Amino acid sequence: MVSVDLFTNAVVAGLLLGGFYAAVAIGLAITFGQLDIVNIAHPAFVIVGSYIAYIVNTRLGLDPVLAGLLATPFFFIVGALVYRVYYAAFERTGQESLSGLAFFFGVMFIIEVVLILVYGVDYRLVSAVYTVGTLSFGFVDLPLRMLVPFVVSIALTGAIWLYLSRTFMGRAIQAVAQDRLALQLMGADPVRIKQFAFGLGIATAAIAGSLLIIIGPVEPSVGRQYIGRIFAIVVLGGMGSIQGMFIAALILGIVESLVTTFVGPSWAPAVAFGVLLLTLGLRPSGLFGRQ
Amino acid sequence: MKLTRRSCLAIIGAIALGVAAPLAQAQKKPVKIGFSMALTGGLAGAGKAALIAMEIWKDDVNKKGGLLGRPVEFVYYDDATQPAKVPGIYSKLLDVDKVDLVVSSYGTNEIAPAMPIVMRKKLVFPSLFGLAVNDEFKYDRYFQIMPAGPDPKIDWSRGFFQLALEQKPRPKTVAIVAADAEFALNAAAGARENAKKMGFQIVYDKTYPPATTDFTPIIRAIQATNPDIVYVGSYPPDSVGMVKAANEVGLKAKMFGGGMVGLQFAAIQKNLGPMLNGIVNYDFWVPEPTLNFPGVNEFLAKYKEAAKGKGVDPFGHYLPPYAYAYLEVLGQSVQAVKSLDQAKIAAYMHKTTFDTVVGKVKFGRNGEWARTRTLQVQFRDVQPDNLEQFAGPGKRVVLYPKEWKSGDIVYPYKQ
Amino acid sequence: MKPAVFWSSLVAALIAGLVFTEVGQNDYYFNAAYVVLQALIMAVAWNILGGFTGYVNFGSAGFFAVGAYTTIALNKAFGLPLPLLIAAAALVCGLIGLGVGYLTLRLKGVYFAIATLAMAIVIETLVNNWAYVGGAKGSYMLTPETHLWFDSYIKMLFMVMLALALASVAVSRALSSSRLGRGLAAIRDDEVAAECSGVPTLRLKLVSTTVMGAMMGVAGAPYPFFVTFVDPVSAFNLFIAVNSIAMPMIGGTAHWSGPVLGALLVGTAQELITVTISSELNVLLVGIMLVLFITLAPQGIVGLARKYLGRRLR
Repeated sequence: MVSVDLFTNAVVAGLLLGGFYAAVAIGLAITFGQLDIVNIAHPAFVIVGSYIAYIVNTRLGLDPVLAGLLATPFFFIVGALVYRVYYAAFERTGQESLSGLAFFFGVMFIIEVVLILVYGVDYRLVSAVYTVGTLSFGFVDLPLRMLVPFVVSIALTGAIWLYLSRTFMGRAIQAVAQDRLALQLMGADPVRIKQFAFGLGIATAAIAGSLLIIIGPVEPSVGRQYIGRIFAIVVLGGMGSIQGMFIAALILGIVESLVTTFVGPSWAPAVAFGVLLLTLGLRPSGLFGRQ
Repeated sequence: MKLTRRSCLAIIGAIALGVAAPLAQAQKKPVKIGFSMALTGGLAGAGKAALIAMEIWKDDVNKKGGLLGRPVEFVYYDDATQPAKVPGIYSKLLDVDKVDLVVSSYGTNEIAPAMPIVMRKKLVFPSLFGLAVNDEFKYDRYFQIMPAGPDPKIDWSRGFFQLALEQKPRPKTVAIVAADAEFALNAAAGARENAKKMGFQIVYDKTYPPATTDFTPIIRAIQATNPDIVYVGSYPPDSVGMVKAANEVGLKAKMFGGGMVGLQFAAIQKNLGPMLNGIVNYDFWVPEPTLNFPGVNEFLAKYKEAAKGKGVDPFGHYLPPYAYAYLEVLGQSVQAVKSLDQAKIAAYMHKTTFDTVVGKVKFGRNGEWARTRTLQVQFRDVQPDNLEQFAGPGKRVVLYPKEWKSGDIVYPYKQ
Repeated sequence: MKPAVFWSSLVAALIAGLVFTEVGQNDYYFNAAYVVLQALIMAVAWNILGGFTGYVNFGSAGFFAVGAYTTIALNKAFGLPLPLLIAAAALVCGLIGLGVGYLTLRLKGVYFAIATLAMAIVIETLVNNWAYVGGAKGSYMLTPETHLWFDSYIKMLFMVMLALALASVAVSRALSSSRLGRGLAAIRDDEVAAECSGVPTLRLKLVSTTVMGAMMGVAGAPYPFFVTFVDPVSAFNLFIAVNSIAMPMIGGTAHWSGPVLGALLVGTAQELITVTISSELNVLLVGIMLVLFITLAPQGIVGLARKYLGRRLR
């Protein structure tokens, strides 16, 4: 039963959802896409961001997105510290791939358990002006609960993209991914640059976390559902490309939404990961990836 | 030594002490009740609340002298909402810790794996909230405290559809949607049968994966089939998602709800607020005047105190009274037959109508309740951002079954 | 380790297991031992592809679960006895492993790891939607009546698992110390150079993935009988995948004894914690041990032992 308004709404819902996925994936697009660091713990940091937004929202009554923004400097510092440990233990000795992966697995579990020990496993929710309410344009409905994260996500992605392509530090980050030796020869310290970039990636988790808890209830193990999604998005978009990541996120969101609406929700994960497998099989560099 | 009066008294005293000491020891030897409980993982919110209720029962019983004159002790382990841990835990409880009695963990996934062990050892097994677990095993010493009824899968949703049948004009079409997980699928299966038996036409019948973030596409797809009634089987995070999505899409159904877990929890009720109004959902106990069983308000007051700061539901209306009750029926049976003999306890539990904090409890076929008491309640007059309103009557009106009814349905469910 | 020492220890372990089943009174210890042995087989299997060949597999739970569900499906359809079910699981999962092997042609390093994760999720969704094995509702498996000459069913399962675990260790050792093993190590160190030196990399990788897949399937095959209720969420659990990576890493990935050591150590610790403190600490334990070991002792316990013993012997 393909009616125009059902189809349009499914696509629009997919766009909004995909936009949100981009906010979660952008941190990984930096740390994994640019720096080749397999930070599988990124969703766990996002959940921490959700909890911080929750605490600030319930104790101080602040808007969750604002809370997320305020938390970014702290997340940046934590990210930089984590990178320091990672570098000292692995990158310096050239052990990255397997050990780095296992390291972040461990970090992910530690974060999850600490959250559980401190906050328990009850679902947490926030209330803000826009967690209820819908904008309607004709037959198209835009729930504010999804629209606000979408808009914030666009702003975040745009800001990061501009930063990476226009500022000196941003260009240095891209350079360290492409050719580390050349960068060293030009007098920049790759380690400091990578540290900065990693911190930046984790800082985005603060914002993504606040968006996540606006969309729905959060408890410590919710992060696991996003591991596969964000890797799929970064790989589909292409390593090193922020625009690619965003488009890939939108595609994933739309595919999930269409499958949910027209085939059945229980097939949505298979389709999303099927798309990923196809990409890996046919074009591993993704849509916009560097070769 | 000379047999003086003093020495005689001393000897008698020594003999008396010698005999009394082991007797006193025997009296102090505790009755150990063993179980596993989900204290971490997905079901931990409920599991921890249940444990609080169970400890209140233990304290109450011990204040009155314990069971068979002996103090009651718990031996329990966290099963982390992982079925694979349950057989090992019950094995340890029985073989190593040598507990006297066992009760179940919370939820079908945690109850089922223990069944083979308790069946082999022929133990009485009071169970806490698992839908139709015994349909598979048909064990005659299984007792389920959840008031689903003799035919659990059907009885669960029958009230919802019965209410729909009574409306004029009669609704014709039904949409059924459920989470891809054990309880929700069972609820949906029951809903499907009820719908067919009562002559409704099913126009949408799908499931969704629990990791779903956004429910608007699902609600929209349901809306596109124009159902009169929507029956949902969902878990807490998806229940929230469904209610919000229904609100955003402006779902035009006349009845909405049915099997949504989570709408019974205080934190979620507060967050959803007025979006809940009109929803007809299942529940087992609500603070309505018709359900004012002796002892329940005292229990809830104790629970409220004990639950502070533990990160669990502050009011404890849903699971805790039943967690208290499943131990009550066990304790009362042990006291009545004056022994820990499993066969005698089982026989007593089968034939007795118990008085508990959740009213009269009678077990019937297959260890389920002889008569269903799955309530259908409707949310009404819910104000935004107010937790305390749910502590008292008037916000969750009981519509079904008739004997507990506290109000009439508002139909169609308005937005 | 000299062959004579190795084989006699295996036989000794088997006999010790048998004696234990006669002597042991409490079923609980056999329960715990089953869990540890299951983790051991998974760790040994993972290490064949991960430690020996250098390809990280994130989808271990997928193979394990397919083994379990093969048992459920075949048991429901034909009621086969356990040995046949194990063989069938090995066959099915071995074939899947073969398919994964062909994946390695296109994908290297982290891409391969992500592909295995994606594959596990796709298989989980398929199983979720397959009503015959219960789908998302899960499937009940009543404990059979027969348990040969053992006192109880769990003792028999324990012996089965012990035999399988010893067999898997033997296979792993055979693989690593043969010409095959040297070829795998060459692939791990530098695949391009290996290919150029004439190592049949594709064939070796296929052997590696097939053996790994079959072994993991074998680990999963008796699982439904052990736990009596299987549903996709518990069978495809991420923790299974993480354990199968963590245990070899902690024990040491280079040598066949690493995963054995890691599994025994971590598995036993986990079982102890389950029945003493709290299960959440279980997860914390794995996380902390993992982080500590790989930052401070990346070669694992075996690596540490070698370094220490090497220094002593000098």
